[in-house]
Amino acid sequence: MHELSLHILDLVQNSLEAGAQTIWLGIVEDAEADKLTIRITDDGKGMDEATVSRATDPFVTGRTTRKVGLGLPLIQMTATQCGGHLSIASKPGQGTTVEAVYQLSHWDRPPLGNVADTIKTIIVANPGITFYYLHRVGHKAFFVSTQELKEILGDIPFSHPEVLAWLDNYLKENTANLYGGVQP
Amino acid sequence: MKTVEDLRRLREELKSQMRVRHEGGTRIIVGMGTCGIAAGAREVMTAVLDEIAKRKLEDVVVRQTGCIGMCEKEVLLDVVRPGEPRITYGKVKPEHVPLIIAEHVVNGRIVEDLVVGKIIE
Ligand SMILES: Nc1ncnc2c1ncn2[C@@H]1O[C@H](COP(=O)(O)OP(=O)(O)O)[C@@H](O)[C@H]1O
Ligand SMILES: [Mg+2]
Repeated sequence: MHELSLHILDLVQNSLEAGAQTIWLGIVEDAEADKLTIRITDDGKGMDEATVSRATDPFVTGRTTRKVGLGLPLIQMTATQCGGHLSIASKPGQGTTVEAVYQLSHWDRPPLGNVADTIKTIIVANPGITFYYLHRVGHKAFFVSTQELKEILGDIPFSHPEVLAWLDNYLKENTANLYGGVQP
Repeated sequence: MKTVEDLRRLREELKSQMRVRHEGGTRIIVGMGTCGIAAGAREVMTAVLDEIAKRKLEDVVVRQTGCIGMCEKEVLLDVVRPGEPRITYGKVKPEHVPLIIAEHVVNGRIVEDLVVGKIIE
């Protein structure tokens, strides 16, 4: 996948499949520390230790028989190749935190890409969950809480055409603003 | 720059309009497993949302789902009109979306060329 914001969508799908009701997404770009951190925390069913270590086992050729996913190993590979790492903290029944760290200036680091479309998808296609999104770039920050948006909207769904138009502009303008007006 | 205050104002405007409540509108479901995302599911979803906004469709429900084991046919997009079979479209590209919405979602005519599955629910 050519954008980190697509990996984010993949991680959120994992949380949804784990039955999460609340998902926190944090994206932090720290130029001083030369680090980009993506952290997703959910209150889903969690994983036991065996599942965690299976999920982060790097690809090993010849071991095609085991039933593993592709998502986490792919993210781990990208992060590791970019001077970073993937870590998972999880306990059955207590939710999961997945953190992917990248060296911000690394040659091979995929761009964050269209994070606004990723966030819009998460919000509109999953109105039943509560989703928090905090994005920091240096000293600038952008925060979205679907809790707050839902309180404003009442019985009007996120998929209402006028709400979609607002959401699209809101996310695009505010994420671009973090990067001085251009897409990350 | 758009703010949450703009949403508050929009909400007031929408409240004062006569709103016809369509119960059980058409559902559109996009597959968002790893293979789906790699094949362009987010771009297909974005095209769906753009089309809903452009055509001002008020009774469409949009959802995402995980991998259903037809990875080679991703991006998968399902359309379910109330009381009708669930139609699965395969290898969907963003440029197919306006056609699927105009034909199937709005006019009830299935786009047979893109269908990979039908389920009577
Ligand atoms: N947020 C999460 N909560 C609970 N379990 C998870 C979570 N993320 C991943 N897992 C577990 O790790 C497995 C591997 O995940 P992944 O590599 O994304 O592949 P896939 O999603 O295709 O199974 C999942 O099948 C699931 O059992
Ligand atoms: Mg996955």
